[in-house]
Amino acid sequence: MTAQQGPGANPWRGLPAAGLAIIVVLVGASFAPAQGYYLNILMQAATYAIGVLGLVVVLGYCGQISIAQAAFFGIGAYAVALGTVDFHVNFFVALLAGVVLSGICGLILGLGTLRLGGHYLGMITISFQQILTLVLTNWIDFTHGPDGVRNVLRPTLFGISLDGGNAYLGLIMAATVLVTLFVWRLKTSRLGRAMQAVRDNELAASTSGINVYGTKVVAFGISAVLGAIGGGLFAGGFRYISPDQFSFGDSIVMLTMALLGGVTSPFGALVGTVALVLLPEWLRFLKQVYLAVYGASVILIMVFLPDGLWGFIDIRMRKRVKPVTGDVAPLPLLAQKGEATDEPVLVVAGLAKHFGGLKAVDGVDVTVRRGTVHALIGPNGSGKTTFINVVTGLYEATGGKITFVGKDITTLAPHNRNRAGLARTYQNIRVFRGMTVLENVMIGAEREGNDVAKDPQAVVARALAALDFVEMRGDAHRLVGDLSYGHQRYVEIARALAASPHTLLLDEPAAGLNLTEKVELGNLLKRLKGHGLTIMIIDHDMNLVEQVADHITVLNFGKRIADGKPQDVLSHPDVIAAYLGEPRKNEAA
Amino acid sequence: MSDFLQLVFQGLGIGAVYALVSLGFVLLIRAASVVNFGQGEFSMLGAYLLVVFFNILGINYYVSIVLSVVIMAGFGLIFAYTTYWPLRFRGGLPVIISTIGASIFLQNMVLWIYGPSSVQIDGLFDSDGIQVGEVFLASQYLAIIVLAALLVLMQYLIFEKTLLGKKLQATSQDKEMASLLGIPVVTMIMITFAYSSALGGFAGILVAPILFVSVNMAGIITLKAFAANIIGGYGSIPGAILGGLALGVAETLGAAYISVPYKDAFAFLMLLAFLMVRPQGLFGEKISEKA
Repeated sequence: MTAQQGPGANPWRGLPAAGLAIIVVLVGASFAPAQGYYLNILMQAATYAIGVLGLVVVLGYCGQISIAQAAFFGIGAYAVALGTVDFHVNFFVALLAGVVLSGICGLILGLGTLRLGGHYLGMITISFQQILTLVLTNWIDFTHGPDGVRNVLRPTLFGISLDGGNAYLGLIMAATVLVTLFVWRLKTSRLGRAMQAVRDNELAASTSGINVYGTKVVAFGISAVLGAIGGGLFAGGFRYISPDQFSFGDSIVMLTMALLGGVTSPFGALVGTVALVLLPEWLRFLKQVYLAVYGASVILIMVFLPDGLWGFIDIRMRKRVKPVTGDVAPLPLLAQKGEATDEPVLVVAGLAKHFGGLKAVDGVDVTVRRGTVHALIGPNGSGKTTFINVVTGLYEATGGKITFVGKDITTLAPHNRNRAGLARTYQNIRVFRGMTVLENVMIGAEREGNDVAKDPQAVVARALAALDFVEMRGDAHRLVGDLSYGHQRYVEIARALAASPHTLLLDEPAAGLNLTEKVELGNLLKRLKGHGLTIMIIDHDMNLVEQVADHITVLNFGKRIADGKPQDVLSHPDVIAAYLGEPRKNEAA
Repeated sequence: MSDFLQLVFQGLGIGAVYALVSLGFVLLIRAASVVNFGQGEFSMLGAYLLVVFFNILGINYYVSIVLSVVIMAGFGLIFAYTTYWPLRFRGGLPVIISTIGASIFLQNMVLWIYGPSSVQIDGLFDSDGIQVGEVFLASQYLAIIVLAALLVLMQYLIFEKTLLGKKLQATSQDKEMASLLGIPVVTMIMITFAYSSALGGFAGILVAPILFVSVNMAGIITLKAFAANIIGGYGSIPGAILGGLALGVAETLGAAYISVPYKDAFAFLMLLAFLMVRPQGLFGEKISEKA
């Protein structure tokens, strides 16, 4: 196999560049003026950048809006200031304490709100911000109140005093480089991909084996920790801090920095931070309205530059991406489990889902046997998609029991059902639009419990194999959002296949496809068939269903009205009546 | 006991203001799925307009109120066209961020024009209030409670009894279906923005004599409206009203019996408590996305 250009495969990636960057900033820092205005600007930019990188993780990668970065920054700053001044502890011990405290606050806020929608975190972080400002201002005995803390100490590292301006600047710039490296590598790591999947499509992420809630909490925790690191270094840099440096306004400044630079890239964070540290200095005449200008620019950025300054550059770089060539191993799933036995894989008994008075699914029994293609059909509104949503865990069952490979999964979370081997696609395609085709499919391949999940190289290989199977490998590095509807459907199927599922649930795969694409889909299903993979398919295209199905279950008004071999079911009078309407009494007679 | 009742009365007065702002907030969530972080700015601008017309230009107090509310309705349209319209197809997050931007912009423009000091403004009535038993009912608080109740009643009648109200409801329930039925969805959303802004502005005018008019009132009111919304139940109209009242009472009692400097923290603590224990709020709707 040729070396694949997959992300995350090289463990040393970025380290040489980061080492070089550290040498450059250390040398650069030693030439910087030892004190005064320019030193302050550099220190501000370097420490703010670390806080803004935290926003890249939580907002850029994970799509969760946090508006309290200055509060976490403040926790780090106060930990270092109070720790070194009042408690006389080592600088790094104080910094660590701030980081831990900030991380705990982040986890508590995250655990409480991230199960809910995005705006909850936004509001709760604002609340947290306001409470923190109140505490910092009013708890005078502990925080020194509005007067702030003076004479914050700088550390000694490996016996070298970093008390001098240049030495300390070197420390914080090196820290900025390391944090940038961390955030950059995070993006192409398994966790980073999971975050982006959550950002792009929570439902699809959950049914691709990602613990959505856990991933969000971790992202928010990382951002709180990075905020505290930045703040702690900030306190040492300026040696004087006060509550008004960590106010709501400062959180907004950080948010604007991230958005302006491009919130999905660590380099964007750096660009945005430097720009907005320098800009107010250059635009001093705006001093009185600079926050108003910030506010207006937030709107303008959202409208005209949705991906920020860096995104603008990045899009132009992406156009040069080469298609993937070379050989790949065939998708192993198909070779492994050879024969179709009669063993039941998915047993659904008495399944019910009621929405208030509406009985969308009402006591349905379905048994899907290993290696078969089982079609679930029925008129619009008969409860097919609801059935799949309950089986995959997106809806809680009102009643009944779901057994999958001998295990009761009725109350399992969606990601755990996927990990048990249940993969699905959606009627209205759900792909991770901000990611490449390959990354989308890698998400499937690296689901917990998959045989390749622990090995990044193997994940890439498996993803390419799955893409090869749906004949999409040439587009591996394209953004999935740029593909046609039909091709996005293949990516979704490849994502499900890469997870080596026992059972694949296809929710109206032919919906929205043109005739040629439908024929291709039919061929794809025939290629999938007979290799041991169990498939449940919902579709309206009777032609397709007749071609591939071994067994058909028909739903109408949430109830099962027929079940059996295709030829029997399709000639069943109830089925014909459900599709074509009841013959009138006088005509029937 | 009389102290307690006195505080509850004041809390209801402040709470009625939160309820009105929260109501505007909920209507936008329902009509346009917009979580408007600039909701409090509507109140702040309404109050400043009153300052301009009444304190500066010397126009009659009641005429000033009408002028301010009408201008705020127009402002709601401008807000919609600049903050919501260009981003309406890009999902929830960009619009949220954009409303945050608008909020910063408005606060700081007002700060630039009027400066940081707060402005005192007259109440609706000359008389101080009436004594009922041991409780003194201050006229401004009384007016807020009565006017808020009337507004809520009026809104209920409009929503339930008029065609416009039905169209607005249809829009908030299912935009696609509403538009297929020939309801001008865009117009309905714009009306909601205008109404939400006017409602916020009116709430700001009502509370101005109590809180004084300052730039800072905006942020606090936004957050309390959101908190009221969560406490009452996200997206629920009765929830917004009861949540606002509950919040007003809780923070007034908290300030009196526990701590004055941390008065604003009580709302947030209540919000945190609800999110942890009962995230669906008092009148909660199940939070789920359609697959």
